[in-house]
Amino acid sequence: MTNHWIDYQHSDVFMNIGGNTAENHPISMKWIEKARATKGAKLIVVDPRVSRTAAVADLYVPIRPGTNAAYLGGLIQYILANNLWHKEYVENYTNATFLINEGFSFDDATGLFSGVQDDPARNAKKYNTATWQYQRDEEGNIRKDPTMEDPNCVFQIMKRFYAKYSLDNVSRITGAPRNLLEESYKLYASTGQPGKAGNILYAMGITQFTHGAQGVRAIAVPQLLLGNIGIPGGGVNAQRGQSNVQGACDVGMLYHIVTGYMACPQQGAHPTLEAYNAASPGGYWANRPKFMASMLTAWWPGVPLEQAYQYLPKLDGKDHSHMGMYKYMGEGIVKGLIVFADNPAVSGPSASVKRGYQAKLDWLVCVDAFETETAAFWKDPAANPREIKTEVFLLPAAIAYEREGTKTNSGRWIQWQYKAQDPPGQAKSDLWIVDKLFKAVREEYKKGGKFPDPIMKMYWDYGEDPDANLVAMEINGYDATKGRTALLTTFGALKDDGTTACGSWIYAGYYSNPADPACKRRIRETQGIGNHPNWSWAWPINRRIVYNRCSADPAGNPWNPKVPLFWWDGSTWHRNDVPDFNATVPPEVSAKNAFIMTAEGCGRLFTTGLNDAPLPIHYEPAESPVPNLLYPRATYNPVSQRWYKDHTCATGDPKYPYVITTYRISEHYQSGAMTRNMPWLVEAMPELFVELSEELAAELKIKNGEVVTIESYRLPKGIQAKACVTKRLKPLVVDGKTTHIVGMPFHWGYMGMARGAITNDLAPSVGDPNTTIPEYKAFLCNIRKGV
Amino acid sequence: MLTTKLIDTSKCMGCRGCQVACKQWNRLPAEETAFTGYYENPVRYTANTWTRIVFREHEDAGGKLKWYFSKQGCMHCTEAACEKVCPAGAISHSATGAVVINRRKCIGCNYCVASCTFHVMSFDQRENVSAKCTLCTDRQAVGLAPACAKACPTGAISFGLRTDMVSRAHTRVSELIARGVTKANIYGLTELDGTNVMFVLQDSPSAYGLPERPRVPVAAYVWNALFRPLRVVVVLALGLALWNNKRESEAAKPAE
Repeated sequence: MTNHWIDYQHSDVFMNIGGNTAENHPISMKWIEKARATKGAKLIVVDPRVSRTAAVADLYVPIRPGTNAAYLGGLIQYILANNLWHKEYVENYTNATFLINEGFSFDDATGLFSGVQDDPARNAKKYNTATWQYQRDEEGNIRKDPTMEDPNCVFQIMKRFYAKYSLDNVSRITGAPRNLLEESYKLYASTGQPGKAGNILYAMGITQFTHGAQGVRAIAVPQLLLGNIGIPGGGVNAQRGQSNVQGACDVGMLYHIVTGYMACPQQGAHPTLEAYNAASPGGYWANRPKFMASMLTAWWPGVPLEQAYQYLPKLDGKDHSHMGMYKYMGEGIVKGLIVFADNPAVSGPSASVKRGYQAKLDWLVCVDAFETETAAFWKDPAANPREIKTEVFLLPAAIAYEREGTKTNSGRWIQWQYKAQDPPGQAKSDLWIVDKLFKAVREEYKKGGKFPDPIMKMYWDYGEDPDANLVAMEINGYDATKGRTALLTTFGALKDDGTTACGSWIYAGYYSNPADPACKRRIRETQGIGNHPNWSWAWPINRRIVYNRCSADPAGNPWNPKVPLFWWDGSTWHRNDVPDFNATVPPEVSAKNAFIMTAEGCGRLFTTGLNDAPLPIHYEPAESPVPNLLYPRATYNPVSQRWYKDHTCATGDPKYPYVITTYRISEHYQSGAMTRNMPWLVEAMPELFVELSEELAAELKIKNGEVVTIESYRLPKGIQAKACVTKRLKPLVVDGKTTHIVGMPFHWGYMGMARGAITNDLAPSVGDPNTTIPEYKAFLCNIRKGV
Repeated sequence: MLTTKLIDTSKCMGCRGCQVACKQWNRLPAEETAFTGYYENPVRYTANTWTRIVFREHEDAGGKLKWYFSKQGCMHCTEAACEKVCPAGAISHSATGAVVINRRKCIGCNYCVASCTFHVMSFDQRENVSAKCTLCTDRQAVGLAPACAKACPTGAISFGLRTDMVSRAHTRVSELIARGVTKANIYGLTELDGTNVMFVLQDSPSAYGLPERPRVPVAAYVWNALFRPLRVVVVLALGLALWNNKRESEAAKPAE
């Protein structure tokens, strides 16, 4: 999130798209309700079905799954065509005035941008982005046109590109009635007025597509056009679905980044630390060498930096995402797997195939509170345990309230959580398990090994019963010349020479005072705007709203004086937050660098940062009932990797006539590993179901509550679920044809107290070319009565 | 001083945190349920289910769908049918207005269950006593709000002095009407002489599955008028009849 949960109270209009706030983030509704009660805020919900969030919305817009970028492209078009953009904001804080290379072009027929190339290794396309770059003068300065009339300026390129996203076209694609589209665009675009705040909140219904990153960009662009970034009540707000998924990402649990969102070094491009540092992006990222040096020093103190860099595992050109990992497992390359609190045998795409791949492992370690389907893949009713040789270890894990440590929420607040009770039996905390595992590996390396140094020289001393506080201090960072207790208060103190250590640079300061760590603070503010600066600590440097220079005009006057973040009195800044800009220079100067993390200092309406498009674009999902109505020869996201041959059905395949989307419900959590073992939750939602419209049920003669079979191209024999025939789903008219949409939660499996089929057995293993997130949210299926 | 629970359906999003919190606080075991085609579960009140979120779908004339959620259970009526019919005097109003069952006095006759205006009482066959929401009188005694109110994320369930809750309800109804929810109304203000569980509804009570004009069944009045003076006799007579019944059901009770 750019903002935080409590800040929702300042929004004038909410757009909940690709998320189900009421069901999956219930506490956030408190702040949405507050905004509605205190300032008459409006809630728009864009969703394929009437979810519990849509039920409490002011305006509900139905949409065909997989067409978010078309819907949001329509919003961009509506804003541009009706001059509803925030003029001063766009001109000063975005790259609207910047000129793009004259060679940049877009082919309407194929839906491809200039610079497209074949990428045979990934069986997809890729881009050479040379033509997507800014025009520069002889001195290297970016060329701009303040009048925004130059045909090569970003603003004009956008106007041309989005002309196709008319109300009629968007209605044909999404199936949303034209009048509802217009009503929602009009209401949301009203936040383009200075002083108004629009908040777009989303979750996996935006991201879990082969074009997921385009969906997120399609949120960022209208937010920039309307001046909704960096202001209270605004933002691009990704609502995290797990209590600490934010924290896990922050400390480098994703394969393509190390800690603090630094790109993971690549063996080919960055063989040395020098080469890695030379590849630092511009803007504030120019400081990356300091962050990397400090991380290396935290891990291998006393080891020269270049040598420590060689200890760091690097990407080898292969895809190590979930889908890559399982593909290599299926090919027998991955031989062992350790799974912490994850249940991919239920939550992974084409899960039945993945369970089959696990049988090729030599060994599997699962660390969980319950025996999950992943641990018990050999108990799959379709498996023959006699033929499975995998050795499986199940380590009992403590749950959240049985261990201490921090959790980072969607708003980046890092909050220490104390242990409430001891775990039962032999269950241990994850930290304890990792500690014992590392020490055992190190014992093995004492006997020799191919490359023992990274293990033998790594710092690892957090006590016999490891202390989370000591780990926190290392992540926080310290002055390596003075010792581990010389804790740092800010990443500004980090150096690139190995004299500072810091596990994750963005966390520097959260645990700088061991007597009173900021992440343990719980002081409510008595005056202010709800940022509560002394309640826990938000990264970076306790900043609650990022890009906050944009909350005030170039002269330093807040757009909304009722909720000021910063205001300039002629000589100094007054503040309700930690500045995300240089507050020591006059406002006119900092206004030129309002987005300090980007090299150009501006918000990017047009970007070279993604692999698949510089402007958010509508591509159909991998499986779709209709071709791309805007770009007739376009396939699904052309840059998206084709992992498996013969894996998805053809567009409009009559065998799989219905669009299916999958989701979560408030009674269960993710793969259900915990909640399906919780009797009260099982009581509330006991069985898997499939939601379908009364119209489709009538066509198929399906009665409410009866068992039906849902089939996909990957699983023609299908899975069974009970029918939930409801008015909450309606067929949509897509390109003149009635299109039926069905929906299923995915929380069930064959273990635990409440059992049911695994919905994700139906889903395709295709993913976004930037993030590799799988496309769970839109594919095709067939439904038939009975088993 | 009367205390009241105010349930603002316009803020309820059907998450069922209250339903689970009720079971947790009152240590009520889960029921075995099945999916019957609707989100609502358990499908009825039992000795182990005192509160349920009721889900109701309606389509208005313009085809616009309303999906209403309401947390239902004992209304803690001032004019309480259960109290009137109880031959044992086991049901009474607490000082704060909650309708409470004295389990030791309850003779298990089941009349209260049969007479309840809202059909939210149930009979605990294991213990041979009636069961329902207590308005968390145990929590109230130590200054805590009922478990459901504590769990509610949006503030749809609030709890406090009746006078405060009434004014809060009026304010909210005005807000909703101003927002275009023209049918917004308070339920439980005057119904049954005021109920200590009060609703802010966005539509007519029947749209939520609540009776439009709740009243104490005539039989309950008759019963009350005829037999209350003779309670001692009635208790003795019924007690005798039920004693045998209880013995049989105890014999049938599964071993713990």
